[in-house]
Amino acid sequence: MAAANSNSQFGSTFSPALGFRFLLLAALSILLMVIDQRDNHLDTVRKAIGAAVYPLRVIVDAPVSAWLWANETTASRNTLQLENSRLRTERLLTQARLQRYSSLEAENARLREMLEARAAVREQVRVAEILSVSSDPFRHVLIVDKGTNDNVYDGQAVIDADGIIGQIVKAGVLSSQAMLISDPGHDLPVEVNRNGLRTIARGTGEYNRLDLPFLPNNADVEPGDLLVTSGRGSAFPAGYPVAVVESVIRIPQEPFAAVSATPSAALNQVREVMLIWSTQEEESDAVEIEEISDAAEIEAEIVSDNTEAEADE
Amino acid sequence: MSDLRISSHMPIILSIVAALMLSIAPMPDWAEAFRPTWVALTLIYWSITLPNKYSVGSAWITGLVLDVAQGTLLGQHALAITLVIYVTVKFHLQLRQFPMLQLTATVFALLALYQFILFWINGVVGVNSPSITYWGPVVSGAIIWPVLNLFLGTIRQRVRG
Repeated sequence: MAAANSNSQFGSTFSPALGFRFLLLAALSILLMVIDQRDNHLDTVRKAIGAAVYPLRVIVDAPVSAWLWANETTASRNTLQLENSRLRTERLLTQARLQRYSSLEAENARLREMLEARAAVREQVRVAEILSVSSDPFRHVLIVDKGTNDNVYDGQAVIDADGIIGQIVKAGVLSSQAMLISDPGHDLPVEVNRNGLRTIARGTGEYNRLDLPFLPNNADVEPGDLLVTSGRGSAFPAGYPVAVVESVIRIPQEPFAAVSATPSAALNQVREVMLIWSTQEEESDAVEIEEISDAAEIEAEIVSDNTEAEADE
Repeated sequence: MSDLRISSHMPIILSIVAALMLSIAPMPDWAEAFRPTWVALTLIYWSITLPNKYSVGSAWITGLVLDVAQGTLLGQHALAITLVIYVTVKFHLQLRQFPMLQLTATVFALLALYQFILFWINGVVGVNSPSITYWGPVVSGAIIWPVLNLFLGTIRQRVRG
């Protein structure tokens, strides 16, 4: 108040209006937050502002991209040759595995037919690049460069070569936000690959640790067990590796064991991720699959029952 | 006339855009916890120096953009930054008289208020930030303030001249 009185020539012109404007904007903010928290009515607002921010992201990311590009172009012949031979060996190994895999796939389909089980879920995968990582160290959120223009949708699974990374939480027009499985607010339905024991893997806020808080003391789980997505909860396709159990501490007087696991994917080192479109093999959806593949140049197509392949490694 | 107005607004808007870019620029993990709250700092400076042009309205809009850029709840940064700028504008005449050390201490308090409101809203919606490093930006922001003050001061000189 002293401020306004000491300089009345313009202090008085905005001071009363200032308080009013502040209250109005504060009320508006709270209203926005309540609506945003409840449901997705504000998606259009968010997308509009997001589209305006997109160029900024690209500019901000440019130095990093330029650095990577420069590294690549100036890499020595020797390094390139080494990398080339390494990749060639890797390709040979992968192809060998793939040959067996396709026969397994055929066998699997045959068995499913005999059992008259539901058709396997087909998945399509597309590579997306990471534009930026959330600047809040306690929220593990990535921004990827694909949005609703590329048919990205909320809840879509995000993987990399080693396993599940997270899921899309907010799909924008040109870019989307993906929450990592290590975010403290992320719960992921998983099962132990060895015996099919189902449980929940919860993020801890650390990139290299997940918690399994709901396993009883007598649960059959051991360090070294591979955890894969169970497909329950429908957000994630089944059978993708998630984490490896690191430690199991059974405390007799507690109802649950303290189990922690290390994510298979290096969550803080990824630069490229893959988005999965999973579709049931049904007539109605078959059209949609073709549309997606025409529009978006699907780069790979895989079938979900890759648990065997993972287990063999 | 309108050209003149645009040209005097431009550097200020550019500085706010630059602050936005700095707050979404990729940084190494160890530095992430000490990323200064650039947008809040820049807006505090402009609302001390030009309070009748840049006050709660521009702060609210910038906060909303920051919400989208950082993927937080829509309105979260907007509310925090609007409150901080309201306090700043309310006391801008006193703040102008402060020596640098005292001003820096006040900015520290303002940033703590900003961070606390974000923390509080996070708590209400159930996003927990467990560690002490959550308050890192307040410290780094206060440390960077004198430098930023000088830098934006030169911009302001240009705008006037």
